[in-house]
Amino acid sequence: MDLWTSLYIFLLAAFTGYEVISRVPVILHTPLMSGSNFIHGVVLVGAMAVLVNAQTPAQQLIGFVAVLLGAMNAAGGYAVTERMLEMFERKPKGGS
Amino acid sequence: MNNVLQLAYLLTALLFILGLRRMSAPSTARGGITLAGWGMILAVVASLLVLAVTAKQEGPPGLVNFGLLALALVLGTLISWIAACRVAMTDMPQMVALFNGMGGGAAAAIAAVEILGGLQGGLLALALLGALIGAISFGGSLMAFAKLQGLINTRPIVFPAQRPLNLLILILALALGALLLVGSHPGLIGAYFLLTLAFGILMTLPIGGGDMPVLISLFNALTGLAVGFEGFAIGNPALIVAGTVVGAAGTLLTVLMAKAMNRSISSVLLGGFGQEQAQGSVEGSLKPIDVEDAAILLGYAGKVIMVPGYGMALAQAQHKLRELADLLEARGVEVKYAIHPVAGRMPGHMNVLLAEAGVAYEKLFDLEEINPEFASADVAVVIGANDVVNPAARRPGSPLYGMPILAVDQAKNVLVLKRGQGRGFAGVENELFYLPQTRMLYGDAQETLSRLVQALKKL
Repeated sequence: MDLWTSLYIFLLAAFTGYEVISRVPVILHTPLMSGSNFIHGVVLVGAMAVLVNAQTPAQQLIGFVAVLLGAMNAAGGYAVTERMLEMFERKPKGGS
Repeated sequence: MNNVLQLAYLLTALLFILGLRRMSAPSTARGGITLAGWGMILAVVASLLVLAVTAKQEGPPGLVNFGLLALALVLGTLISWIAACRVAMTDMPQMVALFNGMGGGAAAAIAAVEILGGLQGGLLALALLGALIGAISFGGSLMAFAKLQGLINTRPIVFPAQRPLNLLILILALALGALLLVGSHPGLIGAYFLLTLAFGILMTLPIGGGDMPVLISLFNALTGLAVGFEGFAIGNPALIVAGTVVGAAGTLLTVLMAKAMNRSISSVLLGGFGQEQAQGSVEGSLKPIDVEDAAILLGYAGKVIMVPGYGMALAQAQHKLRELADLLEARGVEVKYAIHPVAGRMPGHMNVLLAEAGVAYEKLFDLEEINPEFASADVAVVIGANDVVNPAARRPGSPLYGMPILAVDQAKNVLVLKRGQGRGFAGVENELFYLPQTRMLYGDAQETLSRLVQALKKL
């Protein structure tokens, strides 16, 4: 990928991220932070590619750690966000 | 084969962006995380298939690597999934910090492998930059986790020459990074990662528990950025798009959060908030009340407004609070909950906690809705909230000035459940506690609420 294409992608992606959440209510701040935390868990697929192509033992070790950490970011991030948002969906209980 | 992978990444990017957009509105939020979840599964499965083919072509060394990959993937997923499902709702914020740190660490580790592999020129610069940001986020997030989890003191940790030292470490790290651009050496690479990690930890030390949400949000944005940079370095579009989108969204979210908490990002980062002495003295005295009298006050009231705060979250007292509210309602008392935008440990956290305890949504009111109602309330019960109910925020010159507060001081009676006589995060004496209509009930929120429930049952 050449420099200019990269810069355009960077610019457009940054703008997208900014626009997508520009009108978020305060009660969703924490779940949204958690949700975006999950999304950068995609670092996992980068770590996977790096580990498979590792050449030396040092690279294998660090690559292993990268996949481990990336998997924790993705899986843990999803579970935490899902649990938070579950609370928003629960229908109000009757009685009182 | 490569086209299949690229198509999968494209769809993943689309699902992530749509998911993020849905997550920013309450009615669609739940569907948003599901959508993003499918995006992640798609990217991981497609990568696994393509990598399996690559590994097979490479023979034994490739297969060993693939085995390691499968092991790390299964281990990481299991550990974090179980941890995230077991942890109490009140501890969610530090879990976000922890998993965010993992992401930053993964980005830094990817950079390390690539730098060791002899990356050159512009890509090396990007990898180094991503490593710097990722390692800072890793160290800082783990520190934030330790503080929120109570492993270390949540108060700001300050020492002489702290800022010059931090600055020096950052400058050293940057200098080492520049050196690595010219010539690589394993020792230098190790030192670079150690310095960046140390900076992340040290910059978190002086920041107090109250400012942690803003800081974690900032680290979240930084991890996103680091992931984006590593995406450029290894030529992976899924990382580029997801990382950059989160970097930008996270930055905006950090600004919004800081605004909601009436803090500026620079004052959060400089830290030490809550250290300065309170200004001015407060007239009047603190008037304690015993549990039986408090129960009578509540039991014969017509309208009660509950004001839960950080202390309630800390004591995990939301279930007891609902029990108390149920009892009062059974006696015909009207009960409402006043939710300050930043009540709890993070914005929106209080709503989640109360919903978990089974409090109906229609009883939760935000600041603008509830403030006119305090004047007609017989009792306002403040449970572990402090700065958000301090009338000093209305007076220019107070460190709290300008922060929107709940008008608890207008209620006919105020009952304050409080752990001890300490001050809030802002370190400002709370004038509300000294008002003639205020009574103090000291003790752990959960225990005090249980005793109130017992006393109320005997009425």
